[in-house]
Amino acid sequence: MTVAIKDRHADVGAAPPSRRRGGTSRRAVPWWFTVPALLLFAFVVLVPSARGVYYAFTDWDGLSPDFSWIGFGNFADMVDDPAATQAIWHTLVIAVAITVLQNGLGLLLALGVNTIIKSRNVLRVFLFAPALVTPIVSAYLWRNILGPDGAVNSLLGTVGLGSWRQDWLGDPDLALWSVVGVIVWQYAGYSMVIFLAGLQAVPREIHEAAAIDGAGAVRRFWSVTRPLLAPAFTINLMLSIIGGLKLFDQVYALTGGGPGHATDTLSTLIYKDAFTLGEFGYSIALALVLTVIVSVASTGQYLGLSRAERAAS
Amino acid sequence: MNRYRARTLTLELVMIAAGLVFAFPVYVLVNLAIRQPSDTSSPIAPTTSPTFGNFTQAWQQGALGGALANSVLVTVGSVVVILAVSALAAYPLARVAARWSRWTFLLIMLGLVLPFQLAALPLYQTMRDLGLLGTPWALILFYSGLQVPFTTFLYVGFLRAVPREFEDAALIDGCTTLQGFRYVVLPMLKPVTVTALVLNAVAVWNDFFTPLLYLSGGAQQTLPVAIAGFVGQYVADWNLIFAALVISIVPILVVYFALQRSIINGFAGGLKG
Repeated sequence: MTVAIKDRHADVGAAPPSRRRGGTSRRAVPWWFTVPALLLFAFVVLVPSARGVYYAFTDWDGLSPDFSWIGFGNFADMVDDPAATQAIWHTLVIAVAITVLQNGLGLLLALGVNTIIKSRNVLRVFLFAPALVTPIVSAYLWRNILGPDGAVNSLLGTVGLGSWRQDWLGDPDLALWSVVGVIVWQYAGYSMVIFLAGLQAVPREIHEAAAIDGAGAVRRFWSVTRPLLAPAFTINLMLSIIGGLKLFDQVYALTGGGPGHATDTLSTLIYKDAFTLGEFGYSIALALVLTVIVSVASTGQYLGLSRAERAAS
Repeated sequence: MNRYRARTLTLELVMIAAGLVFAFPVYVLVNLAIRQPSDTSSPIAPTTSPTFGNFTQAWQQGALGGALANSVLVTVGSVVVILAVSALAAYPLARVAARWSRWTFLLIMLGLVLPFQLAALPLYQTMRDLGLLGTPWALILFYSGLQVPFTTFLYVGFLRAVPREFEDAALIDGCTTLQGFRYVVLPMLKPVTVTALVLNAVAVWNDFFTPLLYLSGGAQQTLPVAIAGFVGQYVADWNLIFAALVISIVPILVVYFALQRSIINGFAGGLKG
């Protein structure tokens, strides 16, 4: 109680907040508030991840108690395993393609909706709706739409472009891009909403001032809007690149990784190797590769973008 | 630039066209879900004699009622635990400048980059040993730990921007720290709690990989896994499958259209948090 009384005396003098920070007179918030969260986090993430790192260097099959330490054996196998090298490549291609296309489209939609068109509120609500649909559900819907007798091919036939009809998911050269297309459809509205929140923070007066000074629409976007959108870019790029690197549901439902391994990502291969082939050690080694890729990508992006954000502000 | 001109009308039409392209899959979904299996006309031709038989059949044969109940249980249970432990943990992490606090925060933030594929398989073994595999409790426990880093991050970011004078006043008036948290801090956290609630609920409700691992083979499924099982069973019976997909989407859309402002702001809220 004496502590509290001291504090009150400090307040009488109306000390500025900066002086009060770090004062020893206040009662500290107890450390044990963090315990429930830490226990759950340790049980679900920390301890199993640490064990995962260890298993990546063993030949564990997931069941038997005997397994042996094989050093970098799993990683050496990976180099000679075309399924693994392809999956790493697909994972990177998908992440980059989604990041560019989803955010590009999301930004265009946000700019279009952030005007005085009458349908802006309705469009915002409807364009965002796919982002809430369960990914596995939208993927099954698209599996039919992109099928040989699906709606896309029917539509092409109806408008006289019958020669453009494709087996969108069955053709190894196209399947990966079809997967990308489905994800862009689903999440462009999500990017749009985040860009829109950024755009609405740009005061209209600045635009009008720039317009009066003779800046065209493109110039206004580049010199006025773009720098102020930096935080929205940071969040959007982070979300899409990490989401793209971890992609599982849509590939599982659209193609199952096929045809052959044409659309396998690290996540689908991890699942298959562990649960259909029983190669837990190898599968966890793949998960470790994914972990390294995600860590490098997100740290690099965070550093690069926060520098860009500082430069812009 | 604030007047509706011919160029604005052009933009309006382009945007509506974009909206229609986005809505096209939904049209196909509903169009085929209400179609009789004997009707083999093009998937884009409007269905002439609609039926609701597919919905009753899908509901019964897919055991979707039970799956829906499981999804609700798992989502509500997980989100309550996630929000409670994360808000509690964020309080000292945002307020205490001591070294233990900074290190604990960094340790938790490590969880933002660790993909859970790394932890999923060793954890599978632990869940099996504890006898939790195949039960919704495995999922609630899992999400409660998995979502801690992101949710704590949101709360800490928000709390650091909230002045501490109110808490100090409550302490002076004789509140314990826990009471101060409960009656003073928690009410101020409402905006960020809405964001955390929306993002966590959507993530848990839609997750497929975890229940696929931890519930597979069991009788108790969540909606996404039940749907995947249903598709596997009725491979080419797309009218039936589409009816099942519609059933699984409806609860989400009902909540979305009822609360769209909070939900969209929740998603955009990450920008400020």
